[in-house]
Amino acid sequence: MNAPLTTSSFTSQADVPALHFQQASFTHRGHALLVPTTLTLSGCQRTLIMGPNGAGKSLFMRLAHGLLRPSSGHVSWEGVPPVQAMVFQRPVLLRRSVIDNLIYALAVKRVPRRERKALAWQALEKFGLAALAKRPARVLSGGEQQRLTLARAWLLTPSVLFLDEPTSALDPAAIKAVEDAVNEFHQSGTRIVMTTHDLHQAKRLADDVLFMYGGQVLEHTSAERFFDTPTSSQARAFIRGELVW
Amino acid sequence: MSASDNPFYTALALILGMDSDLIDIVVLSLQVSLVAVLIASALALPVGAALALWRFPGRNGLIVVLNALMGLPPVVAGLCVYLLLSRAGPLGSFGLLFTPSAMVIAQVILVFPIIAALTRQQVEALQHEYAEQLRSLGLTQLRMMPTLLWDARFGLLTVILAGFGRASAEVGAVMIVGGNIDGVTRVMTTSIVLETSKGDLPLALGLGIVLLTLVTLINALAHAVSEAAKRRLG
Amino acid sequence: MKTTTTLITASVCTTALAWSASPLADDDFITLASTTSTENSGLFDAIIPTFTEATGIDVRVVAVGTGQAFEIGRRGDADSLLVHDTAGEEQFVADGYATERLDVMYNDFVIVGPSDDPAGISDSESVADAFARIAESGSPFASRGDDSGTNRAELRLWEDAGVTPQGDWYRELGSGMGPTLNTAAGMDAYTFTDRATWVAFDNPQNLTLLFEGDEALFNQYGSLLLSEERHPHLKHDLAAQWHQWLVSEEGQQAIADFEVGGQQLFFPNAK
Repeated sequence: MNAPLTTSSFTSQADVPALHFQQASFTHRGHALLVPTTLTLSGCQRTLIMGPNGAGKSLFMRLAHGLLRPSSGHVSWEGVPPVQAMVFQRPVLLRRSVIDNLIYALAVKRVPRRERKALAWQALEKFGLAALAKRPARVLSGGEQQRLTLARAWLLTPSVLFLDEPTSALDPAAIKAVEDAVNEFHQSGTRIVMTTHDLHQAKRLADDVLFMYGGQVLEHTSAERFFDTPTSSQARAFIRGELVW
Repeated sequence: MSASDNPFYTALALILGMDSDLIDIVVLSLQVSLVAVLIASALALPVGAALALWRFPGRNGLIVVLNALMGLPPVVAGLCVYLLLSRAGPLGSFGLLFTPSAMVIAQVILVFPIIAALTRQQVEALQHEYAEQLRSLGLTQLRMMPTLLWDARFGLLTVILAGFGRASAEVGAVMIVGGNIDGVTRVMTTSIVLETSKGDLPLALGLGIVLLTLVTLINALAHAVSEAAKRRLG
Repeated sequence: MKTTTTLITASVCTTALAWSASPLADDDFITLASTTSTENSGLFDAIIPTFTEATGIDVRVVAVGTGQAFEIGRRGDADSLLVHDTAGEEQFVADGYATERLDVMYNDFVIVGPSDDPAGISDSESVADAFARIAESGSPFASRGDDSGTNRAELRLWEDAGVTPQGDWYRELGSGMGPTLNTAAGMDAYTFTDRATWVAFDNPQNLTLLFEGDEALFNQYGSLLLSEERHPHLKHDLAAQWHQWLVSEEGQQAIADFEVGGQQLFFPNAK
């Protein structure tokens, strides 16, 4: 399912509104964790945020998703904020059964009670979790847990899906499952914003790349150009594997 | 030591004898303490959760006060309730003094700070784990409350049991506001005080053993329920 | 968890039902503030059923020190008082909290102490003499120190003996009669007690009765009829029945019939 860089990248899809960073910065206890940044995320491409540890990738995502407010400047959607979901590095699952975790998300979304069970089962089937439906969510393996958070995100039918290092603790099979899921989201018209420090993963998934270093967005360009002709020295070092994360 | 002087023998005889006075006392003790813990929980769980979730001026002061009130001497709580419920007091017209209801009120006051303070701490710990995910799902703090309380349920069960322990063990408050009236407000702990003052130490200790046995049984039951649920739900 | 919820709901409902169905709901009872000595000796268990049978009125006893009983009466938290501090009772009437005080019964105070009697009080001529000997010998003495009727009587007797009770040997416990006896037994001290509590007391250890019989040890109990004017909400009709019954022939007989170990503890003396 590794979609090659197609013409669909950068073709803006009308129903996913653009997200604007306008001089948005973030300071914590006197440390500038994100310098004032201006950029726009639009269309429904897969944006991979890359950079070494501490570059501010996760912070950028949280600002984009609205979990954090910028210390100065603005982060705003063009028009009505779209439905969003986020998958975290460490799956956060409620202390209930697998299916109840999904039903919970539907309840939060105010889906009518009688429809919840059927929808949850569909998601379980889709993500290969049906056999685990009644198991406590928190005893699943790491890969299963991450699939469950993806299933939960799926039920929210987001226009934008944020993923923060979703595969960093997973084995190759589980990584493959997550990447497949990401592509499925993408194909159904969801914009993907994902951080990773795995170059290969980025090459497999990215339509465009946002490269961060030291709280600064150094590059925001198509994946092709980023990997072939990075403009910043840091990005070049990163691609060569010299910037250890 | 003759058999009748042995408190364990006395306790056994009390239990096996199924003395109707004793049963009344035991039932009243459990009713008063359980109802008090229930009311206190209904009030303290949301308050504790709210303290964990909201930041507002004076919050830290409130937490310190709640924590300090966990050590409120039962006699002081009893005295306050006595002055409130006394005919000469502001709530005197309800005629609640020297009734089980007065004992429940006093115990609610004793138990509330324990449950609220410990709930705050439990929910706050869970909140650290859940906050981003729940906000990502679009939950307001108000809607997070039931989720966090439910997901903290195993820890909160222990919190509630701690409250029950306080309620069932205290004597200072129920003595003052209940009056230890035979057949009306006499509970296990006040009976123990009475028998001690009569010098019937084996009976007093025997009653103590019965009380401890009951509290142990309730804790065992709660533990079993929680373990079973934990196995089922993770 | 559902079962737990059901269980809890069920228990609350039964409790609510039980309490509404309990004697709390009907009004055929009075609350009597009385002393620990009368309650602990078992007197009330013996006489209240007789009264209830005759009148259908239940009596709920709150047993406290006389000082606290007066406070309960002043605040209007009991319908009737039965205490043993004649001077205090008369003041209570004079202050307008009660309209009538009647002698009901008496018992007497005794001095108990370690059986080897280090102060040698058993052959004292009077209670004043006995108290003086205790003070002189410096033997430990456990005082209630709780402003109860017994405590007030004890302090008057020290005054009569010309002794200011203070020093290492004089220990104010701030406790009821029973706990004071327990403590005295524990530290082998003399103490001053009403006879009823002493006779009914089960934990004397090394303590024994050393001095009794002086007229100054007379311990009068009185019943107080509370003022309707001060506390109109009280059950004055029922309380008056109890007040009258105590001094009636039937009530006096019930008091006389009460014995512990074959010994009469209270002596009716209504006029």
